[in-house]
Amino acid sequence: MTNTDWPLWEVFVRSRRGLSHTHAGSLHAPDAELALRNARDLYTRRGEGVSIWVVPSSVITASSPDEKDPFFEPAADKPYRHPTFYEIPEGVKHL
Amino acid sequence: MTTPGSAAALALGDDALVLSHRLGEWAGNAPVLEEEVALANIALDLLGQARVLLSLVGDEDELAYLREERAFRNLQLVEQPNGDFAHTIARQLYFSTYQHLLYAELSAGDGPFAPLAAKAVKEVAYHRDHAEQWTLRLGDGTDVGHDRMGRACESLWRFTGEMFQPVEGLDVDRERLEGAWLDSVENVLRRATLTVPEGPRSGAWQAGAGRQGLHTEPFGRMLAEMQHLHRSHPGASW
Repeated sequence: MTNTDWPLWEVFVRSRRGLSHTHAGSLHAPDAELALRNARDLYTRRGEGVSIWVVPSSVITASSPDEKDPFFEPAADKPYRHPTFYEIPEGVKHL
Repeated sequence: MTTPGSAAALALGDDALVLSHRLGEWAGNAPVLEEEVALANIALDLLGQARVLLSLVGDEDELAYLREERAFRNLQLVEQPNGDFAHTIARQLYFSTYQHLLYAELSAGDGPFAPLAAKAVKEVAYHRDHAEQWTLRLGDGTDVGHDRMGRACESLWRFTGEMFQPVEGLDVDRERLEGAWLDSVENVLRRATLTVPEGPRSGAWQAGAGRQGLHTEPFGRMLAEMQHLHRSHPGASW
């Protein structure tokens, strides 16, 4: 039994209510239930979380570094797309 | 060290301390990294419980590091060597099921252990779940896993009777506890397609019992390793 026999899982942790799940890292586990438990032990030991998702790494489709320019470059010089003209009301966090 | 309350604190504290040390022995040796962290987490939970319990009795360091083998009051179950991973899981299944039921009952009462039990019962629920999950996977997995898990459950079965022996100062309904323990463990073993061991759960081979300070042979060697640093360098700290 070695790590290489077990599939890889990506771990997403919600640190507080109201925030979205954030990618925390990855781990090996034989199935989803144990992946969840391993995630609890590896990524929430210091009180970081209120909710965990685990996703098999193999089902994630990622953009390729080779496509970086066509994907992201065109957005860089269009400042009018950024909502920077609004005053953020006081007391609104995480916007 | 003579009041009934401190006798019970010593028994429960020694259970937690000794099992914590055994689980700590997996650090650097576990089959996979993720499981190593899981076992270390359980060990740290137990160490935290041991510190609270032993502090009720006296100086925690003195009690942990300067007592002789015969002064320890832990169950013989928790001092058993790690063996293979299946043995570690079987030991954990037997003990965590007991500890969870015990702490649930203590936390519902208003005795001296209620505050500690209320905090610990959540930790222990996780330990129990962890052991159950692995028992199911090893038992109902490959042939090798099934054989090893079956052997482990069988070989530790004879140490499980002691958990329900009376402990001075521990006011619990032992018969009910034992019934609930048997129901739960038998249910897990059946779901894991394992045979429930048939042998006796305590007997003359134990030469007494851990609660009376009588321990099995591997315990002395474990204590030597656990205590040698403190005894070699008294008062050392970092």
